[in-house]
Amino acid sequence: MTTPALRDLVIRHPGQLDKQPFLEVVDLKVHFPTDDGLVKSVDGLSFALDRGRTLGIVGESGSGKSVTSLAVMGLHTRPSSERTRPGAQLSGEIYLDGDELLSKTPEYVRSLRGKRMAMIFQDPLSAMNPYHTVGQQIIEAYRIHNPVNKKVARKHAIDMLGRVGIPEPSRRIESYPHQFSGGMRQRAMIAMSLSCDPDLLIADEPTTALDVTVQAQILDLIRDLQSEFNSSVVLITHDLGVVAELADDVLVMYAGRAMEYGSAEQLFNRPAHPYTWGLLGSIPRFDRVGAERLLAIKGTPPSLINVPSGCPFHPRCGYAARNGGLSEDVRPELAPVEPGHTVACHLSPTEREQIWEHEIAPKL
Amino acid sequence: MRRLLWAVVLLIVLSMVTFSIFYLVPRLGGATPETLAARYVGRAATAETVHLTAEKLGLLDPVIVQYWHWLKGIFVGASYDYGSGVEHCPAPCLGYSFITKQPVWPELLDRAPVTISLVVGASIIWLIAGVSIGVISALRRGTVFDRGAMGVALAGVSLPIFFTGLVSLAFFSYRLGITAPGGTFVPFSQNPALWAYSLLLPWITLAFLFSAQYARLTRAGMLETMSEDYIRTARAKGLPERMVILKHALRGALTPVLTIFGLDVGLLLGGAILTEKTFSLNGLGKYAYDGIVSGDLPKILGVTLVAGFFVIMANLIVDLLYGVIDPRVRLE
Repeated sequence: MTTPALRDLVIRHPGQLDKQPFLEVVDLKVHFPTDDGLVKSVDGLSFALDRGRTLGIVGESGSGKSVTSLAVMGLHTRPSSERTRPGAQLSGEIYLDGDELLSKTPEYVRSLRGKRMAMIFQDPLSAMNPYHTVGQQIIEAYRIHNPVNKKVARKHAIDMLGRVGIPEPSRRIESYPHQFSGGMRQRAMIAMSLSCDPDLLIADEPTTALDVTVQAQILDLIRDLQSEFNSSVVLITHDLGVVAELADDVLVMYAGRAMEYGSAEQLFNRPAHPYTWGLLGSIPRFDRVGAERLLAIKGTPPSLINVPSGCPFHPRCGYAARNGGLSEDVRPELAPVEPGHTVACHLSPTEREQIWEHEIAPKL
Repeated sequence: MRRLLWAVVLLIVLSMVTFSIFYLVPRLGGATPETLAARYVGRAATAETVHLTAEKLGLLDPVIVQYWHWLKGIFVGASYDYGSGVEHCPAPCLGYSFITKQPVWPELLDRAPVTISLVVGASIIWLIAGVSIGVISALRRGTVFDRGAMGVALAGVSLPIFFTGLVSLAFFSYRLGITAPGGTFVPFSQNPALWAYSLLLPWITLAFLFSAQYARLTRAGMLETMSEDYIRTARAKGLPERMVILKHALRGALTPVLTIFGLDVGLLLGGAILTEKTFSLNGLGKYAYDGIVSGDLPKILGVTLVAGFFVIMANLIVDLLYGVIDPRVRLE
């Protein structure tokens, strides 16, 4: 609840902000033209993130989480006149420390990548170049943005490897990625992305490819390093457990849109959207007795070419029929349910409260 | 070290197989030691002299013994006594042509520079041209350049060298007179400039055929590598696109190209028969061709072995290079 005004941002109200958030995304749209039609991977997404805080973006596969992060990093192929294969069409605004990125040249955004914003990827084995040593890859990342000689960069790389908990860093720096274990690789990846001390770290499913014990270590590491470097973290995941572990704020995405946005405390204790209820219901719980079945959300995520009318979640929602076809016809906008907590849903506050208290909460 | 050993074993096996084939083929065709020997004696020879010659030449011996004699010849030389005189074939004796009455080895040595010059020059051209065209095509996928280059590449792969070679000879050498006419070869040691000039057209013609294939291969490799996760990582680090391509993409894309390159160069070193014949270059390929036309088995045997040697060596080098390029295949 530290930045309530920010989270109410459906439309930006600059006058209400006495402080600019470090990262602010306003009405972001990322569309991909294909032969089958326009794929609307992200369709009007807004969020904000303060320095030193962690935002968790959750959602099923294909909800637009990774597309959003790649848009912030400027890693989408933009349309170009000489290509017959069009790239991504981006619109909206992305502010990094007050700097609007979408209007900048690719070269300018490139100069920020790695230096002010860095990214960790899901599978560290495929995300690291198999032909170069771990050291070479970290040194390279450092030297792009820092005019130092190889010796200094190497020392820095060893230092970084040590800080992410790799034993004997001065020896392991000569290793190739395939000689590392999965957890070590992700540590090296983190060392690489943090080598230029970025203010924003985007972690795209950083623990998905790792086994559970290593997952916990990596999450601890990210948390420790975040407080050490005081960087903002965007954590992309489909794992609500990971979000609960790390995130200050949570953004729930569905079909390229924000469904619910609030602090982690609000989202886990008073979730307001039927989709969030569904996500929470599908977490396996070990403190429950018996072979209770998980409450899966029925159906599959919608096609991003023909997004359902009205609320994109309505075909899968158990409460869509309650408001006389409103969910089918009218797109719900994010609206506050309490300070700092917004939800895009047509359920009235009383209905919502009743369903939550009587139908959902007892089952969770 | 183990690979080197394997290369030697492979070479020995190759020599055995080739020798057996050249031993067996005439016999399957109905030849006897006598009919074989009859080619080496005068026209009015009696059956007795023919038999004697066959015996002296060792044609009556079992194949293993004949192979042994031949193998021994490589190291200590051999002499062939065919009645009317004794011919010496000094070590390394890879065979002795009874038709030209010449040992094969010196002739091979004589012709090897032509083939090597042809192949080395052409391979450098096609590697540079093919790879750069492939890379640019991949990076500009779907553009006019890409489509044009791939169209030309398709034509290049499809057109045989005796067509492109003769057409370019007719046009560039005989009509425009800007390249050397067919049959010209100046050794490198004599005059490097003239050497290059004399080989320019064969180089380009041969390289055209191969660069087409290399452009397609490089393009496919580049497209695959550029979609790798580690390319995205390199971009996420803020690497300029040029460095992303040169430092990160090219290496992965070129690994398959290297394999084919080794094989192609090895194969061609054993004789670029069509190119040499088209441009009348007296290289190993033309030598083999002459051997085939005149039914001179020792010549063909010699070239086959040299060709096999080059292919095996090329593979060995490619194998070793793999270790340098890809750390994952490096021996621990």
